[in-house]
Amino acid sequence: MLAIVGTIPDPAVGILDGPVHMQASEMSVEQQSVNTDRGTPALLAAAHAACVFLGLEAPHALLVGDEGLGHGSRNLYQYLTEVLPGRNYSTMAYHYLQPDADWHDRVLLAMQSMEIMPKIIGDAGFMYAAKMSGQSEAYDLFTPDAGELAFLADSDAPHPFYTRGFILHEDGEVSARIREAYRHGNSARCLLVKGSVDRIAVRGRVLHTIGGPDLHEAAIQGIEAMEAIGGTGDTITGMAAALMESGRDAPEAARIAAQANRIAGSLAQPTPASHIRELVMHIPAALERAMCQA
Amino acid sequence: MGFWLFGKKKKTPGPVSADRGLLVFENTSEVIRAEALLKSRGWNIRVMGPPPELRTGCDLVIEFPLMEELDVIRLLRGAGASLPLSVVPVNSPLLTPVDLFQIKDFGDFIMVRAANMKLTVEKATRTIVNVSGGGCPDVPFLAVRLIGKTLDDAPHPREIGHTLCGYALALAFEEMGRQCSQ
Repeated sequence: MLAIVGTIPDPAVGILDGPVHMQASEMSVEQQSVNTDRGTPALLAAAHAACVFLGLEAPHALLVGDEGLGHGSRNLYQYLTEVLPGRNYSTMAYHYLQPDADWHDRVLLAMQSMEIMPKIIGDAGFMYAAKMSGQSEAYDLFTPDAGELAFLADSDAPHPFYTRGFILHEDGEVSARIREAYRHGNSARCLLVKGSVDRIAVRGRVLHTIGGPDLHEAAIQGIEAMEAIGGTGDTITGMAAALMESGRDAPEAARIAAQANRIAGSLAQPTPASHIRELVMHIPAALERAMCQA
Repeated sequence: MGFWLFGKKKKTPGPVSADRGLLVFENTSEVIRAEALLKSRGWNIRVMGPPPELRTGCDLVIEFPLMEELDVIRLLRGAGASLPLSVVPVNSPLLTPVDLFQIKDFGDFIMVRAANMKLTVEKATRTIVNVSGGGCPDVPFLAVRLIGKTLDDAPHPREIGHTLCGYALALAFEEMGRQCSQ
């Protein structure tokens, strides 16, 4: 089973621990309605759509309300250390959580106490915490954007806010940053670097470069607009998590997810003012096309 | 579950101080007041000697959870306490916040990126249409409160954000104000 861990921006919501339910485009977990427009719920919506397409059971959500003070995240970290040793998840994705190196390490130890350790994906705040704690190599997949890659490549930076060498002209720099991230031990075994061109790397070497697809002008503009839309990186991570749960290894899952995200963008033809739900609805068709190209 | 899992190594977690920061004050009395204030509000902090790289401030600094810098500064300001001369990461006191911005013009829209945060505005109306990037939990919280409002009506992320991602969004917000006033 795929489990996804993260936060929702409502501090009044306590820990939610249950399967994702989708009714039309409305998501709920333990009868709590969840807005899928951004953050971890956007990742969950993409993962759910991918799981349905792949014939997998719905992802299991472990969510908590947190507006940034970190109280909810720490409550969820505590909860995870208590329940994970008795759980049986085959894939876990960690997302928007307050970066906290100490709690990260306790959660990692809890995962290592599971009967079989799951494949693990780190993104957003939990990826920051994994890097800060020096445990990146315990992960199967990280999904940084170019700015977050610069953070992984900078051995001293505690957060992207303090990163040296912030990438302004990413295409010429990304491969070098990938090598740096691996050299410092700050990368998962596989990296999916999201950007105008997506790159999938293993052990510092770029295996796949995903541009395109070859499109007419309007669709190209739509794909470029995706950078501005909150959640477009989360949908890649959600699809990659579902694809890993289906048995694909991390590089292959990342390659299909990156390609499918672009196809979904070309089908939705969004503007910079669009919402992520406009892409999520195209995920089944996008995955079908991306998997045909495999 | 496949066979590839059997080869996974169990590593001993490393040092845990990388997510801590230092508040550097001008004099010791400011440190003492800030320490009392922060401890009274339940913050996990400690007073210590400064690392040798620091060439400003007095001979005491306060170690605190760096991710929550915006919140700590807001608390000190709200209580009328002196603000620190600087805030630096424990492990690398010479690191400074990102001060470069990336501007992307989409025609009717403009996007400003600061560090890991991106803010997009419709030029004609100065309305915030999207917030993306980041990894801390206040990013979705801030997005809910900013999207749909104009730059003039939206709350400043510095006032309602809590983390370094919120701080980066605040810098993008201020740069967007400069871009849209040109």
